[in-house]
Amino acid sequence: MWSIISVLVENKPGILFKVTNLFRSRNFNIDSISVGITENPEFSRMTITTLGDEKQVAQIIKQLDKMIDTIEVKRLDEKMSVYRELVLMKIKVSKPSDSMEIMNIAKAFECEIHDVRKTSIMVELTATPDRINAFEDLVRGYGIIDIARTGICALARGGTDES
Amino acid sequence: MEKMSGARSLMVALEKEGVDIAFGLPGGANLPIYDELYKSNIRHILARHEQSAAHMADGFGRVSRRPGVCFATSGPGATNIVTGIATAQADSAPMVAITGQVPLKMIGRDAFQESDIIGISNPIVKYAFQPTSATEIPEVVKKAFYIASTGRPGPVLIDIPKDVQQNEAEIPFPSEVKIRGYHPWVDPDITQIERAIDMLLSAERPIILAGGGVIISGAFAEIQSIAELLLIPVVTTFKGKGSFPENHPLSLGPIGMHGHAEANKMMTEADCVLAAGSRFSDRSVGTFEEFEKRLKIIHMDVDPAEIGKNQTTTVAIVGDVKASLRIMVKMLVQKAIKRNEDYPWVKRMKETKDYYRENLKLHDHPLAAAKVLRKLREVLPHQSIVTTEVGQHQMWASLFFDVIQPGTFFSSTGLGTMGWGFPAAIGAKAAKPGVPVVDIAGEGSFNMTENSLAVSVLDNLPVIVFIMNNFSLGMVAQWQRTFYDRRMMAIDLKNCPDYVKIAQAYGAQGIRAQSLDEIGNAVKTALKSDVATVIDIPIDPQEDVLPFVAPGTPLTDMILPS
Repeated sequence: MWSIISVLVENKPGILFKVTNLFRSRNFNIDSISVGITENPEFSRMTITTLGDEKQVAQIIKQLDKMIDTIEVKRLDEKMSVYRELVLMKIKVSKPSDSMEIMNIAKAFECEIHDVRKTSIMVELTATPDRINAFEDLVRGYGIIDIARTGICALARGGTDES
Repeated sequence: MEKMSGARSLMVALEKEGVDIAFGLPGGANLPIYDELYKSNIRHILARHEQSAAHMADGFGRVSRRPGVCFATSGPGATNIVTGIATAQADSAPMVAITGQVPLKMIGRDAFQESDIIGISNPIVKYAFQPTSATEIPEVVKKAFYIASTGRPGPVLIDIPKDVQQNEAEIPFPSEVKIRGYHPWVDPDITQIERAIDMLLSAERPIILAGGGVIISGAFAEIQSIAELLLIPVVTTFKGKGSFPENHPLSLGPIGMHGHAEANKMMTEADCVLAAGSRFSDRSVGTFEEFEKRLKIIHMDVDPAEIGKNQTTTVAIVGDVKASLRIMVKMLVQKAIKRNEDYPWVKRMKETKDYYRENLKLHDHPLAAAKVLRKLREVLPHQSIVTTEVGQHQMWASLFFDVIQPGTFFSSTGLGTMGWGFPAAIGAKAAKPGVPVVDIAGEGSFNMTENSLAVSVLDNLPVIVFIMNNFSLGMVAQWQRTFYDRRMMAIDLKNCPDYVKIAQAYGAQGIRAQSLDEIGNAVKTALKSDVATVIDIPIDPQEDVLPFVAPGTPLTDMILPS
């Protein structure tokens, strides 16, 4: 089972190491992790996606909560939150017609096109991981030269009073 | 605000926390700290290895129930305390370890005696600090003591670069600290406690499993009241050994791999367990899946992460074990709840206990472990503190040495650190100089930290080392006999060294005791002695620890002596 965990942490050196080391030492899985500073510069927010059964995820949350540097740990409901990932993808252009086809697919996915060359095109897509995977499947035939994905970042929908 | 060095502020901050004794070893990167120790009133105990310094602080912390302090220098000094810190973490012992570090500018340059102790220790500390300016030190010390001693206690590391120790500044001393991500105390949920009482009353075969948390929180009276009011038999984990008087009619002793036969038997027959301050370690429960079958679990623990980690809980009570049990006792007393003596489960307990006590075959040897340890119990005052090393003697102590006064038995139960018992006994003696302290030892373990004899002798911390000497790494030998078709590999210690002579070489008293009478006399002599006494007792190298629940098997599959 795939879960999204949102962790508010002290914005101090070494916290990312502590969080990832906790996952490693407890044999938990990290599917993706993204970190960034929040509106309050004393805190950072980590969005971690993990694979594990109900019991494992409950244990991950408790162990994260136990960490002294974590302020708040929440499991996000997929339906009740917005989650996005950004991908940069460099796709191979082998023949002139490839270029148009790739651009059309990119347009359908509302990608931004960044770097168009004779032999490659770089696109940027911000979407859910499923949509990114679907795009990747469609362009794989042309040849993917490089991919960089950010991992998911997510927030619960609604104001604080509604959560 | 007074201008002072970081090292000076460290000493002042430690004194403000009530520290009057510390264990350690100096070196290049903590010399400024030692220079301040020279001027301070803190009594410094010079260990002969940093690992032992940490174990001494650990023993001191467990007995005094306030953090023990140890010092080590950077690099190898710091890596040497790693085992000591991990031991304290595994057994939730309060400790503050203070290491020197290379100067800030040298960090990351592979300097002489540089080790990344913050990174190395991360998974085995409750928290670690590395102050980067002298002004941070008092606040860090206050936070360290607060974290180490509250909630589920544990070791906290403070790694101080040498220049931070030396730098002078106007340093503030906060009177209190707040850590926003740390909430160690949770009030126990009253409705959960009510549910727990209902479950214990409606259960046909309830049992109490008292863990280390009962000892850490000092909930001895509370656990006894509940057991007596509800007539519930009490088993303990090995860590919880001695949280309930082992001569009490309701006491069954520790469960687990080398648990008492009657304890394992009754545990597996129970339908409801009140587990107080236990983390359900694999050594206690056998297999997680089998243990929780047909069993309703009431789990009381100060650490919410323990709830549901190894066992599925029916009722969870998060909070200090003593506080939770006290509320439970109060409710029982208010409602005048008490169980009748003719309760069949209690009858069953008595039968089981009598059966195993009468029929369990003991090893046939003049110095069988049971005889040796019962002799020790006979001559040792009840208030004495007992530590153990790790191995067969430890498990025999669990089986045959009854703890009568709660909270007087300590062992490296979680990490299983050979060499822990002796330095920990020295730390215990420092915490309670007025009571006898005995380390029940195997020679293999004692060998690992025996140089602490110098500390025991020179620092006037006389403890008794009670060596059950089987001239081998006995527990490994037992496993090789049991699981490896008697292919005995790397276990023979060949009666080397001579522990009587070793003791004498350090200026301690060495006695060889070769009969039960000699053992009794040796302990009596040791109790009167002003110096440490090593009692070397040659036992039978062929004796196994039985009963035995093989690893990965349920408690029902107990191997009994044949």
